[in-house]
Amino acid sequence: MSPQDAPVIAAEMRTAAKLRIVDCDVHHALRSTADLHPYLPRRWREHFDSFGLRAPVPFAGSSPYPKAAPALSRTDAWPPNGGPPGSDLGFLREQLLDRYGIEIGLLHLLAPSGMDQRNQDFGNALCAAINDWQYECWTQRERRLKAAIVVPGEDADAAVAEIERWAGNGDFVQVSMITHTIEPLGRRRYWPIYEAAQRHNLPVGLHTSGFNGHAVTGTGWCSYYVEEQHHVAISQQQLAMSLVMEGVFERFPALKVVIVEAGLAWVPSLAWRLDRHWARMKDEVPHLTRKPSEYLRRHLWYTTQPADEPERPEDLRRIFDWMGWDRVLFATDYPHWDMDSPEQAFRMRLSDDERRMLYSDNARAVYGLA
Amino acid sequence: MARHVVAATHEIPPGGRKLVTLRGRSIGIFNLDGSYYALLNRCPHQGGELCRGTVTGLATSTEPGRVEYSRHGEMLKCPWHGWEYDIRTGQSWCDPNDTRVRAYEVTVEPGATLARGPFVAETFPVSVEQDYVVVEL
Amino acid sequence: MNGAGGIDCDVHPALPGLSALLPFLDDYWREQVTVRGIGGLDLLCFPHRLPAFGRPDWREGDAKPGASLERMRRDLLDGFGLQLAICNPLYGVEALHNPHFAAALARAMNDWIAAQWLDRETRLRAAITIASQDTEYAVEEIERRAGDRRFVQVLLLAMNAAPLGQRRYWPIYAAAERHGLAVAIHAGGTARHAVTSNGWPSTLIEEYASNAQAVQAHLLSFVHEGVFVKFPRLRLVCAETGFTWLPNFLWRANKTWRGVRAEVPWVDRPPAEIIRAHVRFTLQPADPPPEAADFADALAQLGSDELLLFSTDYPHWQFDGADPFPEGFPANLRGRVAVDNPRATYARLMEEVA
Repeated sequence: MSPQDAPVIAAEMRTAAKLRIVDCDVHHALRSTADLHPYLPRRWREHFDSFGLRAPVPFAGSSPYPKAAPALSRTDAWPPNGGPPGSDLGFLREQLLDRYGIEIGLLHLLAPSGMDQRNQDFGNALCAAINDWQYECWTQRERRLKAAIVVPGEDADAAVAEIERWAGNGDFVQVSMITHTIEPLGRRRYWPIYEAAQRHNLPVGLHTSGFNGHAVTGTGWCSYYVEEQHHVAISQQQLAMSLVMEGVFERFPALKVVIVEAGLAWVPSLAWRLDRHWARMKDEVPHLTRKPSEYLRRHLWYTTQPADEPERPEDLRRIFDWMGWDRVLFATDYPHWDMDSPEQAFRMRLSDDERRMLYSDNARAVYGLA
Repeated sequence: MARHVVAATHEIPPGGRKLVTLRGRSIGIFNLDGSYYALLNRCPHQGGELCRGTVTGLATSTEPGRVEYSRHGEMLKCPWHGWEYDIRTGQSWCDPNDTRVRAYEVTVEPGATLARGPFVAETFPVSVEQDYVVVEL
Repeated sequence: MNGAGGIDCDVHPALPGLSALLPFLDDYWREQVTVRGIGGLDLLCFPHRLPAFGRPDWREGDAKPGASLERMRRDLLDGFGLQLAICNPLYGVEALHNPHFAAALARAMNDWIAAQWLDRETRLRAAITIASQDTEYAVEEIERRAGDRRFVQVLLLAMNAAPLGQRRYWPIYAAAERHGLAVAIHAGGTARHAVTSNGWPSTLIEEYASNAQAVQAHLLSFVHEGVFVKFPRLRLVCAETGFTWLPNFLWRANKTWRGVRAEVPWVDRPPAEIIRAHVRFTLQPADPPPEAADFADALAQLGSDELLLFSTDYPHWQFDGADPFPEGFPANLRGRVAVDNPRATYARLMEEVA
């Protein structure tokens, strides 16, 4: 890598402007939990204040694996007017939307999460409040931002009710659940949610997040954040497997799922491995009418961040070839520390057509955006 | 190549830094124990504004669990992905051979010398009583 | 070449049942097993009647595939003209909660495999079964067996109690390194944790495929705990867990390390470099791309010719016919994978065994 200079940046910015970028992973944040007070019934506001958030985790105010940076964020993303990164719409506009010419940004709220609350009624109330807040404070104030209907997926009835409350509102372009769920997301307890999402033609966006009490790997708890940060992506591979093997896409053939923030270079080898072992054991899953790889290829999309950085940059081209260029959705993950810049996420050369697919057209097709 | 006066020495105390723009390039000037260093304010990885990053020491180890912490205040972490650079050389700690951020020559000159020129100091009224940080670019 | 003269680094002799270990248990445990009616300790994740775990032409009636030495000679050693084969017996020792019982079974397993397999067939080598539940017992067993040069590695299951690079396991690695034994992590589950961090999947397909993700957890653990800093001569073998996932795993591991390495400063070079220097992967199941022509590209992404160790995974059904190398596997790599890489990995294979 050689040092880059200002003229290069200017050229990249001109290219970006032409791209009409869709950023498939933008993180807004609460300034404080008080932001949700107007949207919570008094009973749950008091509960929130006195009991706080209670997911199956040990710490009151930290992830089980303390992160690499404060608030998981770029250290230059703290708004000058205060509040945590992602909490100031004006600064988010300046640092992300305007800076990179992003035409549409898809919001994923990571915290607080209603779905992993041990008190399910509180979790349901929290999800509803979050959606109200997203609508009033974000998408109505900034038309470039589109929200996800946050649902309490462990309580499928409540999740479906929340989908019904927002479906048809153009500010919400997908349904989102945490990924560290009590059961793998292909299991039937979640199917009513897929039914509702399919019925309303809403993709389901699955951003790595949440807590379920399970160890972070199939072989227990690792020691370090440097491991756990990788495992959250690895767990998305198993989530994809579950959706495929349980027959979710046989039952809901129009369902679209977007895997968010897991990178994507793992997709081809996972597809090869699943096809091989499915071929030997397919008696176990007679409900599947196709090879596993075909479901991965037809029903799932994958966001790029954190961008895979092969030692030989062009190896990423092989990965895209193998998985299908139409599967790839660009995402920044702004303002988190492992975000990708729209200008320099990929070290391989992309043609204009390829760039347009990755940064814009693929996402518009999945989400039905103009 | 020209010599740019970017600051009076007292403006950047030891451990301090100043961001300047020279010929369209954003550059960070650092003072480590009285010596000045200048780095391009752009991480070669993804273009983050490196010189706004956190200044740290260097953690190394030859025995798991036992850390040698040295070079206090001499490393710069990119505000984005946390890549660590040596402020003195611009070298990446993880990939010293292939990744480095552009570093520029810095000297300290007395105002009396600068008064004789040639140098570029549009924004700096230079006084003969002071010393100045000068970057070659 | 199709493996003739090669060294098969992953074959599975099957224990017919716990009763086969009775002669190798002490009086107390023999009585416990009998009086309590203990049995059924085969691993749930390898149902022996499932076609995947016994190639049809290697089966004999309803017997457990891999239970017969005669068949192993005929199907495998003579069938493929192998020079040597390394036995990784898969049994529920590491899944037991009682550490004393597990240690007793580990001892019995090793005595059984020495008496019933190694003594009767000079082309066989074996892994030492240990009770990793208790490090002291595990080390004791390694010490007890290390003098028998036919044991070439120590065996651990992939879905285990903890990421295996953690410090509690280090005495095992110290002993392995001291005695020139490799450490193998083999597919298989102890049900200590949900198979995935998203809970228990319904299907065996998912569970079996997930051994790759479990091994990825161990690789991150070995690297970031600093196992290879502490034990630089240690060789780790990932057995029956695939390898086509390795390139993208290494890219991501390198990337994360660059940002977060100050958390683990003893990791002083990119994880990919450490893994390529210390870790090897058995060939089957190879999980190659569907287009044979793409296989060479996938292999080139591994970034080294030294990583793969020839294996048939006998008697598991990973391939048909007489060529254990998948279609498209480059001819010029076969000799290296079949002979050179195993020899470089297992110092003991170079020794004459009396």
